[in-house]
Amino acid sequence: MTRMLLQMDSITKKYGEFSANRGIDFSLRAGEVHAIVGENGAGKTTLMRILYGMEQPTSGTISLNGKAVSFASPLDAIQHGIGMVHQHFMLFPTFTVAENIVIGHEPGSGVRFDRKQAVSIVEELCETYGMKVDPEAVVSSTAPGVQQRVEILKVLYQGAEIIILDEPTGVLTPLEVKELLEAIKQLSKQGKSFILISHKLNEVLEVADRITVLRDGEVTGVVNKGEADAALLSRLMVGRELADLDRRPAQPGESVLEVSEVTIRGSKGKPVLDNVSLNVRAGEIVGVAGISGNGQSELLQVISGLASSDSGSIKLSGKDVTGMSTRSIREHGLAHIPEDRYVWGANRTATVADTGLMGHQRRLQRSGMLKLKEIRSLVSGWVQKFSIKTGSLDTSTQYLSGGNLQKLIVARELEQGTPFLIAAEPTRGVDIGAMETIHGELLKRREEGTGILLVSSELTEIIKLSDRILVMYEGRIAGELSVNEATEEKLGLLMAGGTLQ
Amino acid sequence: MAQLFDLALINSALRVLTPILLAALGGALCSRVGLFNVGLEGFMLLGAFSAVAGNYFFGNVVYAIVFAIIVVSLFSLVFGYLSIHLKANVIVVGVAMNALAAGITTFSLRAIFDVKGAFYDNTMVGLPKWNIPIIENIPVLGPILAGLTPLVYVAFLIAGLMWYYFYRTKSGFRFLAAGENPLAARSVGIRVTRYQYGAVLASGVLCALGGAQLSLGQVTMFTEGMTAGRGFIALVATMLGQSGPLGVTAASLLFGFMDALSIRFQGLALPTHFTQMLPYVVTILAMFFFKDKSFQQDALKQGTSSR
Repeated sequence: MTRMLLQMDSITKKYGEFSANRGIDFSLRAGEVHAIVGENGAGKTTLMRILYGMEQPTSGTISLNGKAVSFASPLDAIQHGIGMVHQHFMLFPTFTVAENIVIGHEPGSGVRFDRKQAVSIVEELCETYGMKVDPEAVVSSTAPGVQQRVEILKVLYQGAEIIILDEPTGVLTPLEVKELLEAIKQLSKQGKSFILISHKLNEVLEVADRITVLRDGEVTGVVNKGEADAALLSRLMVGRELADLDRRPAQPGESVLEVSEVTIRGSKGKPVLDNVSLNVRAGEIVGVAGISGNGQSELLQVISGLASSDSGSIKLSGKDVTGMSTRSIREHGLAHIPEDRYVWGANRTATVADTGLMGHQRRLQRSGMLKLKEIRSLVSGWVQKFSIKTGSLDTSTQYLSGGNLQKLIVARELEQGTPFLIAAEPTRGVDIGAMETIHGELLKRREEGTGILLVSSELTEIIKLSDRILVMYEGRIAGELSVNEATEEKLGLLMAGGTLQ
Repeated sequence: MAQLFDLALINSALRVLTPILLAALGGALCSRVGLFNVGLEGFMLLGAFSAVAGNYFFGNVVYAIVFAIIVVSLFSLVFGYLSIHLKANVIVVGVAMNALAAGITTFSLRAIFDVKGAFYDNTMVGLPKWNIPIIENIPVLGPILAGLTPLVYVAFLIAGLMWYYFYRTKSGFRFLAAGENPLAARSVGIRVTRYQYGAVLASGVLCALGGAQLSLGQVTMFTEGMTAGRGFIALVATMLGQSGPLGVTAASLLFGFMDALSIRFQGLALPTHFTQMLPYVVTILAMFFFKDKSFQQDALKQGTSSR
């Protein structure tokens, strides 16, 4: 057994009464890929913030190569060879790739910054680690996959031996994910060690040598490669068995949504939506897959009346609702779980009860006065049913974690009981337990005859729930697959602009 | 036409553009680190006053300028403390600084010199007006550069230095990085706050020089509110020039030229009030063109798309 490079012993972190980490032991060998999985709030991020010097542990010790260390700031951690690639990239969009990599340790003599040398340094780095980037490209014009490589190269340039990757695959296409996992394997062969934080179990299982599972701030299991499968991991994460989704074949009925030939002209000659036609029937879930930014948001906005189209028509339950206001479209039978919960779904400063009321306000009133009692009992019903963690109904929405707010919004929109429902990224940032609840509710609605349009950037979610899958690429429907013929590979190909021949 | 456009016009444009250019460069520094400095006007007004006050007390132009730099630097630190340290809204702080500067100068005019409206003392010596020996006699260049104050040359020199700093030095690179994505800059160990204070302080120094050019350049006197909106024109020049040293210099040249032209128009039979509108009309027109291209809006867009 190789010596431990990094050892974290009984790390505890308390915020007042609340313990985010309770006696966590964690170790890392040189050249090892060690994954940390766990639900939201399990303490993964806190542990990494402690390792990276962004937080100080309440108790516990960290040692590197057998020597005890403590990091007062990220700069300290960097100097000890620990680098972190953040979930949200820390890049300068208008700078070149080379500039982004060398920043903080720029080459050049005296005060002069030698950009030519920076380019050659980056070319050398690419050579050494077998990752390709164009050093002179401007970062904002590069793909997320490239930006990720830039982040990793930056960390390597800073001299990192231990690289922390925080949810690294969130913004990547399936192909880019494959490349990233390949790069991680390559680099670990060259002796670099990785700590991989993720909630995507299949990726973790593919690349990790060891997996530590956290729940409620405690380690619930450490498993080696080959000893684990997804079921075991999710059991350790959630603390109970996950029920298999009860899924019967769809019994589609009448058409509830008909979108025909909708076009939105973009500002730069390229249409944002190009002649999009689709329909959703009662009792089926139609999934829309695609890399974000290929027209999905605009499609949802047109359907829900938040944006207007340049041509084409939209029918809800047989009625033409094209160009109607959002309010009348909703009254014609549409509920909407919006893709960005903070922009469209909630008011950060409103209370939980108020956020729950939104959209129901015209129903739950008498001559202009809100029926507060009824509202509160309704919302507290949701809080129980979806186990939404909130201080009280009067807590400000901004203090809810993303997952809990998402559950609140889902509950609110399901309550509308409309024949048609838009579910956009219904489980973004939500942990496995909540995901199970939300998926179960959506399927239940389908059984009851609701037509659901599901837009998600998670292919597993799309495949799990949908009866038919549409793939959007550059504002067009690039293909349609039934759930039986759909695989991640086929969908990934369509999402990247390929064809299935 | 020949009456309107001649070499002397360029000469007078150079004189009037100097305060605008200096202030605009200060504004560019601030906006590059994410602080939109609306207080340029107040900084410059205080600079103009303290230059005259320094001149009166010390009887020396160099000391006068040093005094102005110290006073406005302290003043700009207040701006910095409020907007960086206490995180107050930059625009509101800037507006407050303008009002404060107007108040301080008017009050001090009464308290120190016991005059109202304007202070003038004929023992005071203004900035030297250079006629550079050999250049003086070169046909076109001679008249253009005749009798300019050292501050005119300093302004252009600073613009050049700023370009070198931004695009050729490590520190300048980090300065730009600190403004473009403060969070990312902090993650690689760049002290963002330090660069922000530096920018604010530098804008104070530049505005002090601009103010000194106003009150000790063409005339040697201080009048209440003598900056007359030049700080705001400088602000527009900052935006129009996308906060880059070269762009800002070009924009300031345009405004300086318009200013000089409006003075020239007064020689014709046009009503004074009408001709004095010219620089401001051009400012408004310029605002139309800069609309979508602002450096800050770009930064904003990129900030939201990277989620």
